[in-house]
Amino acid sequence: MDILNKLFTNIYDAINAFLNGLIGGFGLTADAVSAIVAAVMGLLVGTAVLLFGVGVVLTLIWLERKVAARVQDRVGPNRVGPFGLIQPVADTVKMFIKEDIVPTNADGLVHLLAPVIALAPAVLAFVVVPFGQGMAPADLNIGVLWIISVSSIGTIGLFMAGYGSNNKFALLGGMRAVAQAISYEVPQVLTIVPIILLAGSMSLVTIVQKQSAIWYVFLPVGLIAFVVYYISALAEVNRTPFDLPEGESEIVAGHHTEYSGMKFGLFYLAEYFNFFIVCTVATTLFLGGWQGPFLPSWLWFILKTYGLIILGMWIRMTIPRFRVDQLMKFAWQVLVPISLVNIILTALLLVFFKTG
Amino acid sequence: MLDRYGIVAIFALLAVIFPAVPLLLSWVIRPKKPNQSKRATYECGLEFEDFPEEAQNVWVQFRVQYYLFALIFVVFDVEVVYLYPWAVAYSALGLFALVEMIVFLGILLLALAYAWRNGLLEWT
Repeated sequence: MDILNKLFTNIYDAINAFLNGLIGGFGLTADAVSAIVAAVMGLLVGTAVLLFGVGVVLTLIWLERKVAARVQDRVGPNRVGPFGLIQPVADTVKMFIKEDIVPTNADGLVHLLAPVIALAPAVLAFVVVPFGQGMAPADLNIGVLWIISVSSIGTIGLFMAGYGSNNKFALLGGMRAVAQAISYEVPQVLTIVPIILLAGSMSLVTIVQKQSAIWYVFLPVGLIAFVVYYISALAEVNRTPFDLPEGESEIVAGHHTEYSGMKFGLFYLAEYFNFFIVCTVATTLFLGGWQGPFLPSWLWFILKTYGLIILGMWIRMTIPRFRVDQLMKFAWQVLVPISLVNIILTALLLVFFKTG
Repeated sequence: MLDRYGIVAIFALLAVIFPAVPLLLSWVIRPKKPNQSKRATYECGLEFEDFPEEAQNVWVQFRVQYYLFALIFVVFDVEVVYLYPWAVAYSALGLFALVEMIVFLGILLLALAYAWRNGLLEWT
């Protein structure tokens, strides 16, 4: 069990030692060797995390369709491979070979850059996620702040898609995406403050370690924070009940109306990356991250994250879309006051329990 | 500390490469046969070419309510910049920090109530 638990850290150490031996043989100074090894290891870790992310997205596409089918009493994809498991791969191949169509009226550069800007922040957010014990790519002491500040950049990509397409459906979708993202970012950001208060740190690794006694979701204030976080995170990543920016029954496809081929594929990828990231953050902050008995730490992390993901899919299949006025009202008149009061409550309780 | 931010820099590099690779790859293998009607702006049930010139462009002034929400958002997001360090240092600061932050949050709640009463939080 200990071997499984340390599987990935051992592989990391082995490659690190191998590289040290390899590059050390060229007769460079010790500083140069350690710098080169660190850079190569960083690239390897980054590539591994990205490949893992792509794998997760492929399984999510399959899982989403299967869950949808289950809820709607259908079979779902079952032709390509066993249980339709190869279906996402077929979809990806299709994305690659589809023609890229840019409207004559559109702003070509903005149209091209929009999917890149939508996807890049999702990649950056992976830097601080602790996938298991000792398995965070970089344990920044501002981890929470990093994820929040980076993930809000993605909204600019959606707006650029809406604006650059020069199409009224796309513009409406882009505007809605911005309005929704900024409205739900406020409760999402405020509701993390009680967790930072409890843990006394913004580092995601430290927050997980502090939960070894009790997961924060089992504390009353933590439960409130978790519910607010999960709702606003679903809104932040534009998933149904909050998919107004796409709203296929009213504004065609929203911000990616004019997108096809791989550019559309990148938007799709970014959407699932973001969904995965908000679920990993929720796992880390509220569900004790990698903590858990018997199973290896990284398996616990994946299990908890997939639990949250399936919950999100279930919500998507069950609840109809909000109206715009309901959406804004819910963010500002329900979630923001709740999270503000929750901050004060947590601070008061901390003082009370410390002195009494 | 520095090598951690080195990894962040490497991820920033990967964040640019990662979207660029599939775009380049599909640019190589995909068909390129554009024509006039393919490249027309999407429209549902109407001929886009029949629209008057000024209706073909959507880069217009947009409704002001979006900006009002943006203003409230800026207020709250800046507030968070003060809240996070306070939350990290809270256990070391003691009761005084609590009182101060309650006053701070109270002022913000007042501002929220003001915006609420004036109907800024209602989408019309």
